[in-house]
Amino acid sequence: MSQKPYRIVGHSLAKVDGPAKCTGQTKFADDLFLPGMVHAKLHRAPLPHARIVRVDTSEAEKMPGVVAVLTGKELPIPFGILPVSQDEHALCLDRIRFVGDPVAAVAALEEDIAFAAMNRIRVEYEPLKAVMSIQAALDNPEPRIHDYGEEGNIHKKVALEFGDVRHGFAGADEIFVDTFYYEGSTHLALEQHAVVAAPEPDGRLTVWSSTQTPHYVHRALAKVLELPPAYIRVIATPVGGGFGGKSDPFQHEIVAAKLALKIGRPVKICLTREEVFYCHRGRHPVLMSVKTGVKKDGSITAMHFRSVLDGGGYGSYGVASTYYTGALQTVTYRIPHYKFDGVRVFTNKPPCGPKRGHGTPQPRFALEVHLDKIAGHLGLDPAEMRRSQLVPPNSITANHLRIGSMGLGTCIDKVVGGSGWKKKFRRLPRGRGVGIACSSYISGAGLPIYWNRMPHTGVQIKLDRGGGICVFCGQIDIGQGSDSVLAQMVAEILGVDPLTIRLVTGDTDLTPVDLGSYSSRVTLMMGNAAIQAAERARDLVARAVAKQWKLSPSRIVFAAGRVFDTENPDQGMSFAESVQAAEAEFGTIGTVGSYTPPPSPGKYRGAGVGPSPAYSYSAAIAQVEVDPDTGWTQVERIWIAHDCGKCINPMLVTGQVEGSVYMGLGEALMEEQVFRANRNGVHKIPSMLDYKSPTTEDMCEVTTYLIEDPDPNGPFGAKEAGQGPLLPIAPAIANAVFDAVGVRIDEIPITPEKILRALRSPDRRCGPASYPRIPMPEPIRVPLPGTEA
Amino acid sequence: MMRLPKFVYHAPTSVDEAGRILAGEGTAARVVAGGTDLYPNMKRGHQLPPVLVSLRRIPKITGISGTPETGLRIGACTSLTQLGSHPAVKSGYAALASAVLSISTPILRNMGTIGGNLCLDTRCNYYNQNYEWRRAIHFCMKCDGSICWVAPSSKTCLAINSSDTAPLLAALGGRARLISTRGERELAIKDLYNLDGIDYLNKRPDEILTEILLPPAGGWIASYRKLRRRGSFDFPVLGVAAVLWKEPDGRIRDAKIYLNAVASAPLEAKEAETCLVGRKLDTETIREAARLAAEMAKPVDNADFGIAWRKRMARVFTERALNDLKE
Ligand SMILES: Cc1cc2nc3c(=O)[nH]c(=O)nc-3n(C[C@H](O)[C@H](O)[C@H](O)COP(=O)(O)OP(=O)(O)OC[C@H]3O[C@@H](n4cnc5c(N)ncnc54)[C@H](O)[C@@H]3O)c2cc1C
Repeated sequence: MSQKPYRIVGHSLAKVDGPAKCTGQTKFADDLFLPGMVHAKLHRAPLPHARIVRVDTSEAEKMPGVVAVLTGKELPIPFGILPVSQDEHALCLDRIRFVGDPVAAVAALEEDIAFAAMNRIRVEYEPLKAVMSIQAALDNPEPRIHDYGEEGNIHKKVALEFGDVRHGFAGADEIFVDTFYYEGSTHLALEQHAVVAAPEPDGRLTVWSSTQTPHYVHRALAKVLELPPAYIRVIATPVGGGFGGKSDPFQHEIVAAKLALKIGRPVKICLTREEVFYCHRGRHPVLMSVKTGVKKDGSITAMHFRSVLDGGGYGSYGVASTYYTGALQTVTYRIPHYKFDGVRVFTNKPPCGPKRGHGTPQPRFALEVHLDKIAGHLGLDPAEMRRSQLVPPNSITANHLRIGSMGLGTCIDKVVGGSGWKKKFRRLPRGRGVGIACSSYISGAGLPIYWNRMPHTGVQIKLDRGGGICVFCGQIDIGQGSDSVLAQMVAEILGVDPLTIRLVTGDTDLTPVDLGSYSSRVTLMMGNAAIQAAERARDLVARAVAKQWKLSPSRIVFAAGRVFDTENPDQGMSFAESVQAAEAEFGTIGTVGSYTPPPSPGKYRGAGVGPSPAYSYSAAIAQVEVDPDTGWTQVERIWIAHDCGKCINPMLVTGQVEGSVYMGLGEALMEEQVFRANRNGVHKIPSMLDYKSPTTEDMCEVTTYLIEDPDPNGPFGAKEAGQGPLLPIAPAIANAVFDAVGVRIDEIPITPEKILRALRSPDRRCGPASYPRIPMPEPIRVPLPGTEA
Repeated sequence: MMRLPKFVYHAPTSVDEAGRILAGEGTAARVVAGGTDLYPNMKRGHQLPPVLVSLRRIPKITGISGTPETGLRIGACTSLTQLGSHPAVKSGYAALASAVLSISTPILRNMGTIGGNLCLDTRCNYYNQNYEWRRAIHFCMKCDGSICWVAPSSKTCLAINSSDTAPLLAALGGRARLISTRGERELAIKDLYNLDGIDYLNKRPDEILTEILLPPAGGWIASYRKLRRRGSFDFPVLGVAAVLWKEPDGRIRDAKIYLNAVASAPLEAKEAETCLVGRKLDTETIREAARLAAEMAKPVDNADFGIAWRKRMARVFTERALNDLKE
């Protein structure tokens, strides 16, 4: 990597969208009001599983102020985020699969009328037996929730074996087996989903939506509405928090679009908080079993990881989530032989999908607590044991993932040093303890969601003769700061102030496709495309200026809004003048850049999930205080080190790390997306008051260390920061609880009730008793890299 | 967005005028103070009063007078923020100040009043849900339905009283003044509540709670312990108020212990009180009193946390409240 000091990149500049956000001027989807706009509401099913016998909308239609009603008959084409699970309908046709599944919609002049009318829609159901848990789904193959998938209510089975685990276990000194459970949780973004759809006079349609994935919404709309994509324009409005909860195309988006076309007026739908709990797509509840063979020094000889995911009522990203529960175990510590069995079941609950860390916080929790137990048994320091087993940089894992830069060792050293680990671990008075955990995450998925050979992102830059720079990209800022990162990278290359750059983002008519703000892909992928586009623009300008000054273009430098000769800095001009020179020379200046991840070495079936251009690494140490009379756990402090390759903006990276700690704390200690199985399967607590997520009062102190181990695939060396730092939080806390009071809570969340139960139980543990018996197919056997015939 | 239903809003400037409107409107009208409890309930369709009578424009029932030596009169419309930060309350009634400042969030305390807090609707997580949710469980007896889902065999509603001030004010011997066009009465706050989640207030709908009277400070010591998931925002899932009157030699002359959020009304732990009287506050005594108090707590599955743990915490929290009162 170049050691050249950067002027913009690497500096904690203010967010470009900061002023608008801080003064309340950002226009979210709910802030949009168009002339003649009407409001729509979805009528949602009040029971978890049923056949729809009849939908009677006549009462609603008669209400003054109602302008249209819609039922599933008018939107018969299924959709879904993954090509393999096109199992959703904008409005259910003949079957509902969870409390909250939408059945009909009504549009009215006022939102109040729409609400009242929605409740006058009468639906007759024939109830079906509902399955509300993993075990119930396994025990009840009938009635099937979907008529696709594996068998019964099993949606997907994955069985992979890399190398030969039997051989690996045979070479172990000891073998350890543990089971874990990780409860589901939801994203709880502050902004509730909202959409406005407006028909255009020429038969076209514009849809503004709070979405992380305008491109996928665009595709789903074109499919379900049977319109050419060119007739539909999707504009992603600034997203008030997504965390994965706005990455699917949603029913309300399609319904608003259909209604707008039907009645010829703009239609708005804003979900209530309760409806957001139904849209969900959050963390899958996962039951897991880990079996690991180790040598006395803690080195792993083989691992067999099994997981069963509670998918809820639809596919969503679930097939990918299933693979992710088994994909990234191998990228932190050396695992020479590895076997993974994954199962996803359908249940009559809101669909699960991607939540920050998509499918990996659950196995990471299991793995890191499991390793902590192993270290205890072997009498090793858990930090040192981890430190000595690291996957080397520039290597290929047993499951064929290519590792580039790998800063986990430095991360561990930082948190061990910073927290005073050596003085604290097993040495604090009873009731207080420390625990360590590590993790890794992808910087964007190596493969797109739908198979194609096109770039994953594109950036277009237009230079204005007044010196203006306009950058177009399909990405959308969901609060994580991608706009600022984009501006900073372009500004670095063109030598201007990032605030002077105008960004046009997330608009399918105006911007090149970017797949969306998910899988921690934006900085790396958009960044590489932006660098390419910006360098092409810079080179054009440099050539024009060099020609004017009769110099070699390599001597032209861009900085501080000026363009000058490195060897004679007094020879210079303003950026605007340089663009004028270029425009005079070449005509209008516009450039493009795009990015496609490098091909992954893995070629087996299922190799599509896990590969990434680069992996981020994190290590965290939690210090807790546990009250043995109540089981109450106070997380006093978290030390966390995150290797993000290169911080494009350290303040934003720190923000992502702290936000991840916060979200991890919520999952670790309290959040639960739970249902009343015996009361018609309703969500137990669909409100921000009763669904417990930490308040600022509950947030712990955080010490963040930013580690920079630049990855050659990253823009300026950058890797991800948005999701990875969440992963070590829950296991670090679980391990700290053990250090404090000697009990193992093998189940998330770690509540005071569970700690107290474990303190009073003979095995001093709270967690699942066993892993269910699920017949698995013969695994796909994949030779270790380098040993293929 | 959940929307408020439509209603007629009156903002009288005197208690008399408010009383007359209430008398004239009959059951159609309802009093509103800060609205932090009533408005969310109206959005969820729990109460749909066509007429609201706001008390916030009545100067006479806002503010605090008196001194810790003589006792305090607290206007029912005094905001929780005002009450919790008032110098006389902080100095003479510190436990009350801390109970008040544990309510919800600073923003809600700016709007919420002490009168509203005492008249707070009972809570249950089968009830505090919006209309569509409740329809999915076919409603419950507290609103639109006939059964108690928490305990389907129960003849009464088991929604819980979640006021943070009620148990302490009851234990302190606070009194409430109620005014209507039919007259005026004063009753002990402990008598303000019924053990019934629906008919939870011993107060007619046309009666306005105008003020709360506190006895002089001094001669007693008090503590309030609140159990909740988070350090802010959350209602109590258990509240323990303990007030002790001690002899000069440290023996307990009188004791009041109230538990809240475990039943539809604050519960007086009479056996625990009896056990304390005449004894010194040593570890043994505290343990015994706490055990007796906890026996009263029969939490049901209608709030945060599991019931076994909540019950166990009744003992731990009573112990801790009493420990606060050790010399
Ligand atoms: C998110 C949230 C968290 C909360 N957390 C807590 C908590 O931790 N602890 C807690 O105790 N409370 C909590 N509350 C409840 C509430 O905010 C407070 O109890 C507040 O004090 C209520 O006062 P108010 O003036 O807003 O009442 P309002 O909503 O105006 O009234 C509440 C009820 O009392 C009646 N009423 C009000 N004033 C009078 C009067 N003077 N005479 C006769 N009737 C009257 C009203 O008719 C209504 O039925 C919370 C509320 C919310 C929304």
